[in-house]
Amino acid sequence: MIQLSIREMAAMLRAKQISVAELSSLFFDRARAFNQQTNALTKVCCDISADQLIQAETMLAQEGHVLAGIPLAHKDLFCTQGLRTTCGSNMLKAFIPPYDATVVSNLKSQGMITVAKANMDEFAMGSSNEHSAFGAVNNPWDLTRVPGGSSGGSAAAVAARMVPVATATDTGGSIRQPAALCGITGIKPSYGRVSRHGMVAFASSLDQGGVMAASADDCALVLSAMCGHDALDSTSHVDAQWSWQLPESNSMKGKKVGVVTDWIDGLKDEAIKQSTLEAIQTLKDQGAEVIDIQLPHAHLAVAAYYVIAPAECSSNLSRFDGVRYGHRSEDCRDLEQLYVNSRTEGFGEEVKRRIMVGTWALSSGYYDAYYLKAQKVRRLISQDFAAAFKQVDVIAAPVSPEVAFKHGEKSEGVSMYQADVFTIPASLAGLPCLSMPVKPAHGLPVGLQLMGNYFDEQSILSMAHQFQQVTAWHQAMPEAFL
Amino acid sequence: MNQQNKSVLKAGWEMVLGLEIHVRLDTESKLFSGAKASYGAEANAQVSFLDAALPGTLPVFNEKALAYAIRFGLSVDAAIAPVTAFARKNYFYPDLPKGYQISQMDKPIVGKGQIEIETEAGKKTVEITRAHLEEDAGKSIHDKYDQFTAIDLNRAGTPLIEVVSEPQMSSAKEAVAYMKAIYTRVTHLGICDGNLQEGSFRCDANVSVRKMGDETLGTRAEIKNLNSFRFIEKAINHEAKRQVKLIESGGQVVQETRLYDADKDQTRSMRSKENANDYRYFPDPDLLPIVVTQEMIEAQRALLPEFPEAKMARYTQAWQIKTDDAEIIAFDQALSAYFEQAQGLTQAKADLNAKFLLGEYAALLNAMESKISQSPISAADYAGLLDELAKGSISRKIAKQVVENMWQSGDTAAVIIDSQGLAQISDASALAALVDEVIASNPSQVESYRAGNDKMFNFFVGQIMKQTKGQANPVQTKDLLEEKLK
Amino acid sequence: MRASAELYRKEPEYMSINRKELTEIAALAKLKIADDAMDEIANSMNDIKAMIDQMDEVTAKGVEPMSHPMDMRQVLRQDKVTETGHQAELLALSAQADETHYLVPKVIE
Repeated sequence: MIQLSIREMAAMLRAKQISVAELSSLFFDRARAFNQQTNALTKVCCDISADQLIQAETMLAQEGHVLAGIPLAHKDLFCTQGLRTTCGSNMLKAFIPPYDATVVSNLKSQGMITVAKANMDEFAMGSSNEHSAFGAVNNPWDLTRVPGGSSGGSAAAVAARMVPVATATDTGGSIRQPAALCGITGIKPSYGRVSRHGMVAFASSLDQGGVMAASADDCALVLSAMCGHDALDSTSHVDAQWSWQLPESNSMKGKKVGVVTDWIDGLKDEAIKQSTLEAIQTLKDQGAEVIDIQLPHAHLAVAAYYVIAPAECSSNLSRFDGVRYGHRSEDCRDLEQLYVNSRTEGFGEEVKRRIMVGTWALSSGYYDAYYLKAQKVRRLISQDFAAAFKQVDVIAAPVSPEVAFKHGEKSEGVSMYQADVFTIPASLAGLPCLSMPVKPAHGLPVGLQLMGNYFDEQSILSMAHQFQQVTAWHQAMPEAFL
Repeated sequence: MNQQNKSVLKAGWEMVLGLEIHVRLDTESKLFSGAKASYGAEANAQVSFLDAALPGTLPVFNEKALAYAIRFGLSVDAAIAPVTAFARKNYFYPDLPKGYQISQMDKPIVGKGQIEIETEAGKKTVEITRAHLEEDAGKSIHDKYDQFTAIDLNRAGTPLIEVVSEPQMSSAKEAVAYMKAIYTRVTHLGICDGNLQEGSFRCDANVSVRKMGDETLGTRAEIKNLNSFRFIEKAINHEAKRQVKLIESGGQVVQETRLYDADKDQTRSMRSKENANDYRYFPDPDLLPIVVTQEMIEAQRALLPEFPEAKMARYTQAWQIKTDDAEIIAFDQALSAYFEQAQGLTQAKADLNAKFLLGEYAALLNAMESKISQSPISAADYAGLLDELAKGSISRKIAKQVVENMWQSGDTAAVIIDSQGLAQISDASALAALVDEVIASNPSQVESYRAGNDKMFNFFVGQIMKQTKGQANPVQTKDLLEEKLK
Repeated sequence: MRASAELYRKEPEYMSINRKELTEIAALAKLKIADDAMDEIANSMNDIKAMIDQMDEVTAKGVEPMSHPMDMRQVLRQDKVTETGHQAELLALSAQADETHYLVPKVIE
């Protein structure tokens, strides 16, 4: 049951082979049981309302609601009305939002059942999910290893099938990297495709909500339901509505796939390199034409990103001041202490580090040299992609230069940041991109990244789906959680 | 250097003043949220999730605020930016919920403009550096508790334009004249309610002093939150004198923010605002650049009203109205609207309209403790009254009675004149018969007049008015008497 | 391209972030850096700075800064009141409030 696709579950629900209540308690029980080992969830909802179940049953009776009754988890930075939303931070450890994020209400209106909130790196800052006030998340493939981050909770929960699908967000790789490290499929759509309203901001010009599930088809079905223009988000695209079209065959004939040879040649891990090359060979075998491309400024992406993202974050996180919500220090005899102590106690080390970097990069004397320069580099990178997509339909690339590493193995800071080298370029350009499982390396999952042209989610999802029709990597599950 | 300045500062010193005026735009909802923007609600009753900066909330720009900013820009002959953008000004303060204010930095909506002011030395043009859109902060209430400052976010997010002048004023009087000129603009444009008490129009003054003849500007201090024309003058003069005194005693002016205390008539440094703060402006990534189209600009240009100065010129030149009367009417938006509406409907001369409006009608408003905008007499009905006056069916004296009656009863002038028999006797034959009768029954007076006693003429007029209870048309009566007494 | 950039690379010592600067940044950000954590944070920020300085490789002269990945004009909102008050809900989220106001320690202006 737990290994069925969304379409298969929907068919069973429709045929009344299983009820909505049964399906959600099946996953609910798994979520509760496996959270001990994975720590993937910050909250398992013990109180799914009868109303929600009845609504889903009612929708099942109607046509066109393939998602009705499907359980899911939301990354814990999507505001859920009446349901604690922590962002993995002590700052918000008791915060209960009075409203639903647009993504949450869109999926609710399709009859999906929220069973949990997923753990994450604090305020989505991190690549290992070790930076959560609620403890590190463990990778279901090897509990001593990290699941990646920042959407590590969502990825681990899906990998262990504690839920069949989870929402997630990606700023510089926070969907793709944990999807790769946990052996599942995850898509970050084009910037502007999914509303950011109710999604607690890390870096506004980069953050984008997306989906993680076992397969590209599952991701695509949920993405179709969560996207669309939202009048409450000025950066939501007016033409954001989109609907997934299943490809008619498994043939990729006529499709051009770009590959940055330097990127693959530069992979130090031979096993990952082999997996990546084999996956690209499979695309070729399915009829795709593989073309070498250049992204001449992409190697500067990490540098530009680590100016832009902290700068925006330093400003976005100023609202957490202890005055209107969130943690307020006990020790605040004057206003300055209220601010400084509440923020110092409420934020974790990595968040504070990035606020410091961002504050510095925006401070007078540095603005032009760093922030403005980073935005120019961002333009150059974006232009590189524009030129590449004149030649190709999809760009295939590695996701992470390494497999899931052991907890505590990497120190924080720059060494961790360099792991984002393949995911950040598309983030800066706002392009749709996904990670799908390919042949494992060292017994651990490896992902292949597919990047598409702006608003062309269809091409990358089609290609991933076609790939998954001829491979079975996406169906593999860690044995301990079968 | 004008006289005023000399009397304020010691000889040899001059002040240099620039103003930053905050104009609250009179919109229904806030700049970036759908919460009500009106003044005076219970504390925190008009706060949306965005205004309280709840995590995940995002700003969405109010098109009316953009339209109003464009309209203001056009009214001061300024260039309107084809692309304008918002930036964040970062600082912590309890009434600033996001920890930053959404404002504009390098792409303000309104560019360089200018406005003419009246000074004692004549007209002077003051240049406007820029005007930008920004959101207001909430209010900190310091006197509610001993230990706490209470925060009300109703005002947070209400739309403002900040109008920045060049440092081109050299006396507090000029600064006030400039402030009044901007005030007249924004209230006549219909973009600001002009309520000074409620803070709809407030001003920060940048004050510096220098030795006469110096080219470079002195270090300036910024006096915050001046919301009365009277206080701004006192505050500026006080601050300029303080600076001169400081410099002459060997001190240095520091660049800082100061508060004016009207009760003590002094300024003091604001401890809570970090002076020379590093605001770390950067483009707001939650908002995209706004493209201002030519259509948007033309739509606002079409809504530009005629400003009082132009109106006054038209009244005096085309309509031959006395300058004093024209000024009073032209600078009062409601009065001039009423005046012009009535003028368009009446045969009466504009001069009569103006005189009656500022005379008898104004007296009535005064007596009723009312304003023209609240008058129950429509401009059309008032035009009807003017017609009766113009064609001579009633006198000014009777018209005063009629307008009072119109106010009370709601009837038109014609109905009142008719039903109460107030019409002047203008029937030539009836008047002629009356004149004949008066001449016939007063032979000795006729004798005396014809013998050269001109004063006797008024006796005959009096007799006729007496017999007609004042309703005889005075002009006709005079003409008839002159003719028949020859 | 990369090789030539090395020649223009700023000396790391020349612009490195020191304790004084760190204290100023922390004050702006309203954070407290414990004295014993100062060096660790300064080192970490200098590492990040060195990474960021890789951008010196390109001059990017004349390149329009890209503040947004979208090439779209802003959609505006009609001037309508769409949200009614949330006074009670909002104040309930706060650590300290009375019936109508948020409260903070007394501020002296």
